[in-house]
Amino acid sequence: MPSLPTASRAAAESDHARALSRVSLRHRLAERGLDRIIWLAVPGFLFVVALFIYPAIFGVVLSFQPNDDSGFFGNYIEFFTDAYLFDTIGNTFRIALPAALINVLASIPLALVMRGKVRGKRAINTILIIPISLGTVLVAEGLLTYLGPQGWFNRILMGIGLIQEPVRLTHNIWGVIISLIITGFPFAFLLTLSYISGINPKMEEAASTLGAGRWQQFYRVTLPLLAPGLAITFCLTFVLAFSVFPSAVMLGNPAGDSHVLSVAAAQTAFQKYDFPLASTISVITAVVELLVVALVLLWRSRLYRGSSAGGKG
Amino acid sequence: MTNPLNSDDFSELRLEGVSRAFGKSAALADLTLTVKRGEFVALLGPSGSGKSTALNCIAGLLPLTAGTISLDDRRVDHLAPEQRGFGMVFQNYALFPHLTVRGNIAFGLKMRKVPRAEITRRVDAALALVQLSAHADKQPGQLSGGQQQRVAIARAVVVEPPVVLMDEPLSNLDAKLRHEMRAEVRRLHQELGLTTIYVTHDQEEALSLADRLVVLSDGRVQQIGTPEEVYLRPINSFVADFMGYRNLLSMTAHGVDGADHLLLRGDGIELTAVRNDESVLDGPVTVAMRPDDLVVGQSGGNQFSAVVTSIEYQGRDFEVQAVATSGAALFLRTPERLIVDQSISIGISPERLMVYPATKKSTPAAPVPEHEAV
Repeated sequence: MPSLPTASRAAAESDHARALSRVSLRHRLAERGLDRIIWLAVPGFLFVVALFIYPAIFGVVLSFQPNDDSGFFGNYIEFFTDAYLFDTIGNTFRIALPAALINVLASIPLALVMRGKVRGKRAINTILIIPISLGTVLVAEGLLTYLGPQGWFNRILMGIGLIQEPVRLTHNIWGVIISLIITGFPFAFLLTLSYISGINPKMEEAASTLGAGRWQQFYRVTLPLLAPGLAITFCLTFVLAFSVFPSAVMLGNPAGDSHVLSVAAAQTAFQKYDFPLASTISVITAVVELLVVALVLLWRSRLYRGSSAGGKG
Repeated sequence: MTNPLNSDDFSELRLEGVSRAFGKSAALADLTLTVKRGEFVALLGPSGSGKSTALNCIAGLLPLTAGTISLDDRRVDHLAPEQRGFGMVFQNYALFPHLTVRGNIAFGLKMRKVPRAEITRRVDAALALVQLSAHADKQPGQLSGGQQQRVAIARAVVVEPPVVLMDEPLSNLDAKLRHEMRAEVRRLHQELGLTTIYVTHDQEEALSLADRLVVLSDGRVQQIGTPEEVYLRPINSFVADFMGYRNLLSMTAHGVDGADHLLLRGDGIELTAVRNDESVLDGPVTVAMRPDDLVVGQSGGNQFSAVVTSIEYQGRDFEVQAVATSGAALFLRTPERLIVDQSISIGISPERLMVYPATKKSTPAAPVPEHEAV
């Protein structure tokens, strides 16, 4: 710009410098992942604060303020000394653990089959996934009549002479476990399917050319690569099953062996109107879940977790 | 060893009429080939030609729709891959990412229930062979592409398989590494006395490695022969095209001249070619010429004129595209500095022309089966 007068040139240069520093600030923020797109996260952030963080802190604080004058840890002492309350932990485990294990284990062979070319794959997937769209209440209601003493299940078994007396599958933990499998299995299956699909089938072919039979291909190649995914799948289905409520009330025996943590919390809150103790039960539920998840993730951290797509890096 | 096929007692692998169809399209039709023990055979062809299908059929990863595969007199085509015991090196290596380099190489020996001490000894030997002893305890993901490829080769050969199958093993490497690994593959083949079937689409690779080439197109064998035979005497215009005869002209044969040379005419160009017993003397032909055989200027043989359309600098020489007066596009290589739109005279000696009976325009290739895609 040779023709510009000195003054305006200086002005232009300082404008230029300002523009540069403005740009560079924006660039530096962008480097740290802060640009205008970050505003899109605001609604989600507000929801999390309003619907999760605030209620969670409120509940934790409330759990340390018992209705009586038993002190800071009063509710916790009550929970762990009252056998009827304390047993809920064991009851919940007895229902959630088998349900989550069955969901994960049963999803493996099915996912192995469904990852290949299967006739009517979409139809089968749809049927497998439908139970997600049914509410847990609807499933519990249906099972109550289906599995009941006069239900089809028992009538068929008696009709073919397999049993003489109806099998009791309702109003005990069996009904609850079955309903958790029906509603939890689709989740486990979908997750496992996506993890299995990420494993390059060439690796199983490679194992077979090295002399590995079907079982060894699965046991030595597919399973080790799938295990980290199975750990996550287990955590999610376990947490889903651990917070079981409707089916425990409707299909189980909520005063007896399906007196689970969530049922205890609900009864304490809405029958005894003891909100602080109910909060305590909820906090204990969360802590137990987190302990189980932490244990599983600790085990997972010892596994190979890199790419299982095969090939370079 | 539980491997039913002991590598020491076979003298040849025989494929007879091996075919594989996907639905109605034949990915591989009627492959008949005998591979002698110790031989290095390359299956060569463009993608979709059926070469990988052939390899998968031999390995047992794909069932045949027809034909037989036998080691000497023992049929193996009904055996599962793990019973066949052929070593295979995959294009993407297919290393087990959760096992160390050592674990990968030991895998086949473990499957064969080789005693632990012997596994250690043989894996150590294989590691030394591919010069990876220093990396034995790394995971495959920590290695470079070339190193991963060496692990894949060591894993396949450590079990001493009767036949080693390699599926475009070098295609994922960069040019320099590919060159080095090519020498490495050849060295291993010779040092270990392997019998190797090698799939590639790279004619240079096939020529430099193999004892014998099998050129495939559209699932059918076009030509089987030594590298020299295939390179110097391609059997048809497809093989010629694939072996680097980039100039294919449609012309007409008009008998022979006084010097017993075949007379060819087409679109204003006249050429003479040395004839052989199979030459078509009359009628439509395809004339194939290598870019290297076209000479700019007088050469004492055939002569015709063309106009330069594009020039690519290639270091030692230039790759030039030109259009003949007939409108035919020509490729040639020359050290001479030409300019675009320059009129040039092109010469080619009659011995350098390959003349084939004209084929109908080749039909578009059948849809490529999934596993064939590169």
